[in-house]
Amino acid sequence: MIHVAVALFLLLTVVLGMIRIVYGPTVADRMMAAQLFGTSGLAILLVLAWGMDMPELIDIALTFSLLATLATMTFVRRVWYEEGKSDDS
Amino acid sequence: MTIPEIIGLACIAAGIPFFLSGTIGMLRFPDIFTRLHALTKADNVGLGFLIIGLCLQTDDWFIVIKLVLIWVLVLTASSASCHLVARRALQKGIRPWTRE
Amino acid sequence: MDQGMKMLLTGFDLLLALTLLWLAWQLLRSTDIFKAIIFFICFGLLMSLAWVRMHAPDVALAEAAIGTGLTGPLFLAALRRIERKAGKNMMSEPAGNGEETGSRWKARNREMSPLLWTVTALTCCLAGLLIWTVLIIPRPLPGLADQVAGSLAESGVNNPVTAVLLNFRGYDTLLEVMVLLLGAITVWSITHAPFPPRVPDTSPVQKAAVRLLLPLICLIGGYLVWQGAYQTGGAFQGGAVLSAALVLLLISDFLWLPGMRSLPLRLGLTLGPLVFVLLAGFGILVEKTLLRLPVEYAGPLLLFLEAACGLSIGLTLAAFFAGGRPASDLRETPYSGEAKGKGPAES
Repeated sequence: MIHVAVALFLLLTVVLGMIRIVYGPTVADRMMAAQLFGTSGLAILLVLAWGMDMPELIDIALTFSLLATLATMTFVRRVWYEEGKSDDS
Repeated sequence: MTIPEIIGLACIAAGIPFFLSGTIGMLRFPDIFTRLHALTKADNVGLGFLIIGLCLQTDDWFIVIKLVLIWVLVLTASSASCHLVARRALQKGIRPWTRE
Repeated sequence: MDQGMKMLLTGFDLLLALTLLWLAWQLLRSTDIFKAIIFFICFGLLMSLAWVRMHAPDVALAEAAIGTGLTGPLFLAALRRIERKAGKNMMSEPAGNGEETGSRWKARNREMSPLLWTVTALTCCLAGLLIWTVLIIPRPLPGLADQVAGSLAESGVNNPVTAVLLNFRGYDTLLEVMVLLLGAITVWSITHAPFPPRVPDTSPVQKAAVRLLLPLICLIGGYLVWQGAYQTGGAFQGGAVLSAALVLLLISDFLWLPGMRSLPLRLGLTLGPLVFVLLAGFGILVEKTLLRLPVEYAGPLLLFLEAACGLSIGLTLAAFFAGGRPASDLRETPYSGEAKGKGPAES
């Protein structure tokens, strides 16, 4: 039961974090809010794996952890850059 | 409940304030760099505590391996993306917030 | 204990449902397209949580893999491409005090005409009808779960979802992989893949992250394909993860898709449908019925089929991300910092 309580609490923090998407002044803030969801959503999945007694969710969490930052990397490399400057100047 | 399970629950409970503080930091910090701090550091420590707690609550060693792998992957990927975003923000001319 | 847990789960479901509705409303109403894309990413991830709550881990796995690994980067790359075509430079706010206002590419704001009011009213009626239908469904839910469980031994796998997808209803899946291939052909026939105006030097951090993540992604993708036989997983999920590996390579500019005449690319794309069709023919020859697999070989045959389909699905989804015909059909000038001849990386 405590697992489900933790999951509910984490979902609340995720929903709060989405306020940053609405208000975030720069585009990076919005992207980072989506990344916040990556880590917190992962935690929710892990905790639900124990709460709902479904060990398959750990595999879903593993997949999530691999792919969660792909959107951020695409954002940095394809969307938010200056033409002509290198990545590391 | 056995001792490891109790310690596991304590670890999970210890991880929760970190998630909360990560989100509050995301909402209240003044600029992108400080928000990156809140996001990556606080959330990853919270996740670490959570995973330690969950590891202590299971008997299956394969699950423990998967959990530790998850944590290492999240650490690596989120620190890499945090670095990239911060670097790019500096490149675009966003100056860190200073207290005027 | 049970009562408390039920309450907590109901609270969780309620919060999830309300957040999904809120996200959908926000993403449809925001005129800033980048904001809408971010909301869409969050929506996809919350949907996978909703699937988890409905006890459908296979769908949740596919939703998570495709939502994070494919459609998120796909929309972001597409946004960039739209703006380049339109001539605007989205993120070209002047540097300085950091007051970036986000994307300048905004959708047009439209007033509510009578037509839109009618459509809104009809949509609300449809939503009400769906909600009422769900509420009057008799419990326990009627379904075929018992029959599937009874015939599971003949299907060669232990996971009922995989058994239904690939064996009992294999015909549907055959058509699905054909549709995916058709989708790739359609995307390729519309336009050519933009050679991305890439950043000249990839950051070493990015390179290190790719080197670390890529083998793991391939490993987990293969693991998911293999595990589909007895647990959550399968060809689609493994294929989606593999496509994420390719997307990672593409955005880090380690390689670009080879030319369309390249045999490995074509072979990879068609391998899944081809194996499926071969199995169908095999079924006709041996068992006199389309796609019926002999029971003693069903397990290995299905594994072979899943591997082939996983590979094809991965390549097809990555081809969607590339967004058009590959490099040999280059009509747009590549990044001006490089000679045209050595533009795409030779792989």
